[in-house]
Amino acid sequence: MQFKIVSLVVVALFYCVQANAQNMQKGKKIYETRCLACHQADGGGVPNMNAPLDAASNVVGKDIARLVRIIRYGYNERIALDGFYYSNAMTANPDLKDNELADLLTYIRNSWSNKASAITIAQVQAAKKKK
Amino acid sequence: MYKLSNFLLACVLALSVNAQENAGLKLPTGFSATLFADQIGTARHIAINDKGILFAKLNNVNKAGQSIVRMEDVNGDGIAEKISGWGKYGGTGIFIKGNQLYASSDDAVYLYQLDANGEVTNPTAPKTIIQNLHSRRQHASKSITLDPQGNIYVNIGAYSNACQEKDRSVGSKGMMPCPILDSAGGIWKFDGSKENQSYAQGKRYATGLRNVIGLDWNNKTNSLFVTQHGRDQLNTFYPTMYTDAQNADLPAETMYEMKEGDDAGWPYVYYDPFQKKKILSPEYGGDGKLEGGKNALDPLVAFPAHMAPMALLFYKGNQFPAKYKEGAFIAFHGSWNRAPLPQEGYFVAFVPFKNGKPSGEWEIFANGFAGADNNKSPRGAKARPCGLAEGPDGSLYVSDDSKGAIFKISFNK
Ligand code: HEC
Repeated sequence: MQFKIVSLVVVALFYCVQANAQNMQKGKKIYETRCLACHQADGGGVPNMNAPLDAASNVVGKDIARLVRIIRYGYNERIALDGFYYSNAMTANPDLKDNELADLLTYIRNSWSNKASAITIAQVQAAKKKK
Repeated sequence: MYKLSNFLLACVLALSVNAQENAGLKLPTGFSATLFADQIGTARHIAINDKGILFAKLNNVNKAGQSIVRMEDVNGDGIAEKISGWGKYGGTGIFIKGNQLYASSDDAVYLYQLDANGEVTNPTAPKTIIQNLHSRRQHASKSITLDPQGNIYVNIGAYSNACQEKDRSVGSKGMMPCPILDSAGGIWKFDGSKENQSYAQGKRYATGLRNVIGLDWNNKTNSLFVTQHGRDQLNTFYPTMYTDAQNADLPAETMYEMKEGDDAGWPYVYYDPFQKKKILSPEYGGDGKLEGGKNALDPLVAFPAHMAPMALLFYKGNQFPAKYKEGAFIAFHGSWNRAPLPQEGYFVAFVPFKNGKPSGEWEIFANGFAGADNNKSPRGAKARPCGLAEGPDGSLYVSDDSKGAIFKISFNK
């Protein structure tokens, strides 16, 4: 009995980690084709021009609706991000599906020095309703 | 044990002294450099007066509450001991003509008066020479230079990458004609002594320039020279036409001599340094081969793509060897749009000139700004060259707008 529960837990954990690794991989692919040009391979962005995603408080923060909005509609505002201004205009991505947005967010929240919760499809859908 | 630790300490000291040699820069034989100042703020362009006092325009107000920093090397050791400053607005341009100091924000140009000692007399009450220029985030910085008659030339960068209907969006067409060009994407000319001018009092001097940050008046040719930042992201918007590797090399960063009325072709064309042609932009129906821009200028010099020329300076002094006389120094900020390929730039280049024309290939003059073991990511670069100034003794000063270093480069006779 005990043995069964333990192995179940192990199997469940294995699937979680597995799914996560797959999501990260899919998110990475999207990042490389759509985001890397501006935000760079190291997530460090370009000073004064393209905001960094690495070590950015908003990126690992709780306002998922804002992140979803920025990625879907683009971003071009004079606003300080962690105390600095960025001058470029971020491209909109209206065609990304909910699962792709979830994978992409999971990826940017858990790459470089970032460590934050993974984002589920349900969270993306809830975030979209907020706007 | 004690001896060993002493020995290690000596090694560490020797190494760190060594790392400081020439302020970490790689220079041609016979040249040396000092770190004239450090951590002064986001130092964009720099200007020097005939007393050798250096002024830097900061992109942001620094921790000391200054946006123009004054630096003076009192004892002549190549390091500024007296550092002060003033100003409450960020910007890029700064230029000294006689006893007048011009400085720009992203939408205006101000004029300060220098006294006989080279000190600014009206730091809190400058005259407003030009105002209400477009400042729309992208390419908003206003670079300035003056001609001998006292006319001031101001770059008004295009607030766009390639004049698409929707900027930086896949599949969005280029607008025809590009409506941005009536009030940006070119060089505007104003009277350097009149107050409160704007578009109505100025004149569009030259057009078809996406963004010029480096510009200088050439006294030999009596004309304006500029360096343009070429467009970005051919591969992201046209992945079937341009590979990542092609985007890393296209288009060239370019230098032009601009006479009144000249057109450099943006956004309709870009310059391909391999085909040596002006190629129709894909946003305007180009396919990477079709030519365009019949009436647009060809560049005088084509540099590698995306390296971002930030300052242009014609060398007038006698300190450097003869080959440098009247030649052009160009400060390259370092690229970001070569990713995923390694970034390039982060150096000062030199182009020899004879009789007002380039007389040889461009070469790297000063390198190593990014740091010795740097992967050349824009964020990781130790320093990003931005401004250039020539001191009264012929030394060359280079500013860095990331950490706020000023390098002084001299030739040792
Ligand atoms: C054309 C360049 C460009 C591209 C491509 C781009 N971005 Fe951005 N991004 C920016 C700029 C510039 C900003 C800051 C905008 C501002 O200040 O208004 C930004 C801001 C952000 C922010 C907000 C950061 C913060 O600290 O609040 C996030 C999140 C983000 N981008 C994610 C992405 C993702 C994910 C992609 C790919 C789908 C992407 N970006 C593609 C230029 C770009």
